[in-house]
Amino acid sequence: MYKLRATILKDIRILFRDKVGLIFMFGMPIILAVVITALQNSTFELVNDNKVPLLLCNRDTGEAGKQLVTAIEKVGLFNMKQVIGNKTEKEISDRMHAKDALIAIIIPANFSADMNVKAKNISGKALNELGLETDSINTNKETIESITLMYHPVLQESFRQSIKGALRSALQLVATKQILKALYFSLNEKQLPPDLEQEIVSNEIGINEIPISRDGSRNIPNSTQHNIPAWTIFAMFFVVISLGSSVVKEKVTGSFVRLKTLPTNYMVALLSKQITYLIVTLAQAAVIFSIGIWLFPTLGLPALNLPSDLGGLFLVSLITGWCAVSFAICIGVFSNTLEQANGIGAVSIVLLAAIGGLLVPSFAMPASFQVLLRLSPLHWCLEAFYGLFLEGGKLKDILINILPLFAITVIFQLIALAGLKTKNLI
Amino acid sequence: MATQAVSISNLGFHYPGTSKPVFQHLDLNVAAGDRFGLFGPNGAGKTTLMNCMTGLLSFKEGSIHLFDKEIRNQRSVKELFGFVPQDFSFYHELSPVDNLSFFGAWSGLKKAAIKQRTEELLEVLDLKEVYNKPVHKFSGGMKRKVNLAIGVIHQPKLLFLDEPTVGVDVQTRHVIIEYLKKLNRNGTTLIYTSHQLNEAEELCNTIALIDEGRIIAHDLLTNLLVEHKEDGLEGLFINLTGKKYNDAGCIN
Repeated sequence: MYKLRATILKDIRILFRDKVGLIFMFGMPIILAVVITALQNSTFELVNDNKVPLLLCNRDTGEAGKQLVTAIEKVGLFNMKQVIGNKTEKEISDRMHAKDALIAIIIPANFSADMNVKAKNISGKALNELGLETDSINTNKETIESITLMYHPVLQESFRQSIKGALRSALQLVATKQILKALYFSLNEKQLPPDLEQEIVSNEIGINEIPISRDGSRNIPNSTQHNIPAWTIFAMFFVVISLGSSVVKEKVTGSFVRLKTLPTNYMVALLSKQITYLIVTLAQAAVIFSIGIWLFPTLGLPALNLPSDLGGLFLVSLITGWCAVSFAICIGVFSNTLEQANGIGAVSIVLLAAIGGLLVPSFAMPASFQVLLRLSPLHWCLEAFYGLFLEGGKLKDILINILPLFAITVIFQLIALAGLKTKNLI
Repeated sequence: MATQAVSISNLGFHYPGTSKPVFQHLDLNVAAGDRFGLFGPNGAGKTTLMNCMTGLLSFKEGSIHLFDKEIRNQRSVKELFGFVPQDFSFYHELSPVDNLSFFGAWSGLKKAAIKQRTEELLEVLDLKEVYNKPVHKFSGGMKRKVNLAIGVIHQPKLLFLDEPTVGVDVQTRHVIIEYLKKLNRNGTTLIYTSHQLNEAEELCNTIALIDEGRIIAHDLLTNLLVEHKEDGLEGLFINLTGKKYNDAGCIN
């Protein structure tokens, strides 16, 4: 026991003198967590609260064009700047390049006229179907010239799609109004009263969003709840830089040679490293969670809500830490130089994070990756943390994630032992 | 009959993946209390033999006993000896005290014994003023002293020394050699290898010359000098091993 205590003390002393390693293990993940959460949060706000700058060029002078402008305004997504109708696409494009707007919509000059014709045609067809006579069908004009949507290339596809969806809703609303008016006029020989028009087109049915949870709570997940677990796992696995280097250094500086001549099994050294770095990983988790709880709100970011099952959270953190430590020892055992340990360690963590769904959500991955991600320990860590943080689950709910993680950890341990044996180090 | 500190019998060894054996049927005895020097050209097998004796290399043929205990598969035999490798084998980030605390524990000492031995070694090896400074800031000579201190912290009965003074100044060499003689007077058997033949003459009473994996001479240094009519170890060395370079044999 005294040997183990002395070894842990030695490892802690070395760790505290490795300033770069400490920065990697604590500083970098904290910076990542703050920056990524802030960025993601502002993206959410861009969609939900902030307005996307939009240039609107209405070349149409009719009623439908005005209605479309009003409908687009009411979508609530845009900070609309109207430009006069005689602006060319080139001029609008130049303003967009100057970052005056990310989106531009051009309503064609004959939009209202075309819309009226189409509305009359549809109402005419409807009346015909009802057996009523009408002379309003104009078979020559069935199509409406397209609305032009110009976008800045920085806008991502998914965001463009949501803007297109919003624009389609606005167009649908205008079209519906026009058809209603035409139909009403055909039947009653007078204009549709505005209050009736409003009553018909307004959508009174709300959408009730409910995030599912195991504990029945209806806390709405935010960017902090998503990011803190992910970056905590990332940070814990980044001990590979410090621990992997520590194992390699021990080998290349000859300490191993002396240790092998001493009457103590090298397993004591391995056990000590695991205990020391397990404490480090738990400290990392505690620091990052604390930052999420107390620092984030002061930065204007959503606060982290800890799961109700704190015992489960501790166990998941413990096994995640153990897996990270085991992986780091593996890297250290099989690397021959510090450069190898650092390079392979860092790249492999980023790869495992990418495969494991930390960088791209696993549900958005192609089918082949859905199989591959099960091999990444970071995937099981993330699923277990999300089970607690996002789904409000208890330990029993995340056992299905903990068991594969435990199995992968044991495999890492066995590989490290085999490596030590093969290299004649134990 | 004198107690044997080291008894090697019929040793055979070859590195994995090579067909040429380093040793075949090698026998060697070192009496307890000796200051024994093992010399030979580069590639002769000195370091390999020392690594076999300290258990760093495992061999399949023959046996090596340290004070009648077989080196293979016996942890207790490791308590008998200390090892001072040619490379600095300690943690450079740590101070001499931290290194001695750790290696003392691994050598089987308890806290109080480590404290006492650390104080003694820092004093005798003149490291007291830098006891708490990280070793990476030390000169080569000071690092050699730390390397030696770690090897002797548990007061071993047998001490293996591989080039213990390489790269140090005259003063440091003097301190180290005097300390080794003192250890020997207190009962520690020394097994020493070096290319510093003047130093070896000063330290060793018994020597063995090894060449191409064979012991070609083994006796008291004085006897060998008389027998081969040489007045120094360097002349004896050239006389027995020839003048040819043998460095290519160092590549395993």
